[in-house]
Amino acid sequence: MNTTLHAVRLGVRRGWTEFLLSLRSPQDQGFYVFVGLGALGYLWLNRDSEVEGTSLLLPSVALPSILGALLAFGVVIGPAYALAMEREDGTLLRLKAVPHGIRAYVTGQLLLHSLGLLPMLAVIMVPSVFLFDDVTPQDASGWLTFAWVITLGMLATLPLGMILGSVVPSTQKVGSWGMLPVLVVTAISGIFFPIQALWGWVQAVAQVLPVYWIGLGLRSAFLPDAAAALELGGSWRTGQTVLVLGAWAVVGWIVTPVVLRRMARRQSGSVVEQARQNALQWVR
Amino acid sequence: MSAETETQRSATGPAAGRAADERVVEVRDLRMSYGSHRVLDGVDLDVQRGEVVCLLGPNGAGKTTTIEVLEGFRVRSAGHVQVLGVDPAEADEDWRARVGVVLQSWRDHARWTPRRLLEHLGGFYQPYSTPDRHRPYEVDALLATVGLEERADQKINTLSGGQRRRLDVAVGIVGRPELLFLDEPTAGFDPHARRDFHDLVHRLSDLEGTSILLTTHDLAEAERLADRILILAGGRIVADGSAEALARQVAGDAEVRWARAGERFVHATPDATRFVRSLLTQYGDEVAELEVRRANLEDTYLAMVQQFETGDVDRAASAFGEVVR
Repeated sequence: MNTTLHAVRLGVRRGWTEFLLSLRSPQDQGFYVFVGLGALGYLWLNRDSEVEGTSLLLPSVALPSILGALLAFGVVIGPAYALAMEREDGTLLRLKAVPHGIRAYVTGQLLLHSLGLLPMLAVIMVPSVFLFDDVTPQDASGWLTFAWVITLGMLATLPLGMILGSVVPSTQKVGSWGMLPVLVVTAISGIFFPIQALWGWVQAVAQVLPVYWIGLGLRSAFLPDAAAALELGGSWRTGQTVLVLGAWAVVGWIVTPVVLRRMARRQSGSVVEQARQNALQWVR
Repeated sequence: MSAETETQRSATGPAAGRAADERVVEVRDLRMSYGSHRVLDGVDLDVQRGEVVCLLGPNGAGKTTTIEVLEGFRVRSAGHVQVLGVDPAEADEDWRARVGVVLQSWRDHARWTPRRLLEHLGGFYQPYSTPDRHRPYEVDALLATVGLEERADQKINTLSGGQRRRLDVAVGIVGRPELLFLDEPTAGFDPHARRDFHDLVHRLSDLEGTSILLTTHDLAEAERLADRILILAGGRIVADGSAEALARQVAGDAEVRWARAGERFVHATPDATRFVRSLLTQYGDEVAELEVRRANLEDTYLAMVQQFETGDVDRAASAFGEVVR
């Protein structure tokens, strides 16, 4: 039997199990509801405002942007927290102690966080269809674009979450190391207001990072072609979207295994014990 | 290896039947430093196949460091280490399949159930199953072995501390390892859980022929569990032998106390009888409150731990000096 393939298969089963457990967990359900209510509330309050210079309503423009931001947020912060926590609580060490366990662990994490996007998208998109007009892609090609942007966006950002979770010194630091940067990046990426409102150099920075392109790609999937006039350069810049997100994905998938391996090598019983002591201090 | 060790080992079934000299663990001159702090200073130790060996020492003596080097979780500074014929620092995943590690985790897999976790982790050993060593352990049998049948389908975060530790043991042996490492396995156990655990270790050793290396700071536990005790202090193994052998060896010195003319005296001597005779010959009726006390293993060990804890590491290490040499 090929042991590597065997481990990947166990990892897939692990990811699926964890996904089901997460769906059943009140804590995770609460998170989805919270995110859904927040996004829908924002859209609802602005349901009648028109986007300047167009006949489009704000929810139509904002929904794809918000989905983009949540995607990036979900697959960066989610895995970062999971990894940092599971380093501390010994989950990772348990898998390190079984043959090919780390490979299965990483496979499971990738699957879990990819699948985790589905309920996140669902809690926002499904109610939106009933609450607002013109908030879904216009045709089949729009849905296709939606699918590939989500996939490519995930491939571009998920490695960042894994890397972050590997290098962050403790779970408590995920907030300042991860949450803060992601919020800043989201703020400058044209999610809540057009990117043109920002200084030139900020626009340049935002266009190096993946979040802007995920939002842009999703808007191109959801909005009529005429809406491209609102974007930088008056175009959806589909080619550039593929290029930038693709580059992040390639770099991410090259760097991540190296970082993960280094992180896994450091795991031992006394590292976990130390983390436990620190956590107890934190609670006190 | 002393003759006493052999005598002790013959008491446990399968271990005695095996080849006398088949080392599953071989450590020579193991050294470990963190910066300028030297934790291990030339540790030598062996574990024979089928043997239960206890690494005993005060907290902070380097037991965990030693066992983590052997588990392949920590890179040593220097020395020769072979575990199942392989250097753990360079061991591959196939080696992992032959070694079991009992970890002290605290909240991992909280949403899983014991059955689900054991099935999942056991799955990794399936490719390593052989006709004479069927892997992994059958989950129901394993749950029964560690006494968790009734909790098998409850969430792990609802288990008590003792139940969690039994699950840790189950995870450690699910792959039916040839060699099992346990680091302070009974820390935080109540006396009842501790006895159950000791039974479990005996069963593993007797039924499965598993070689076991465990650490503890509790002498009574080491005496109860181990075929052989290694005492680690000052970064070295300062004593090595069965509990009986160690007891006999430290019994060399006896302590004689007496009072004379309102003054109290203490004298340590290897031959208390001769000393007392000469004492009485010399002073006769003046000698009062005579007391002869043979140092037992516990006294020697506790004295050593105390010296270690007050920072007198070198003296602690030499408490068993005569034992080694």
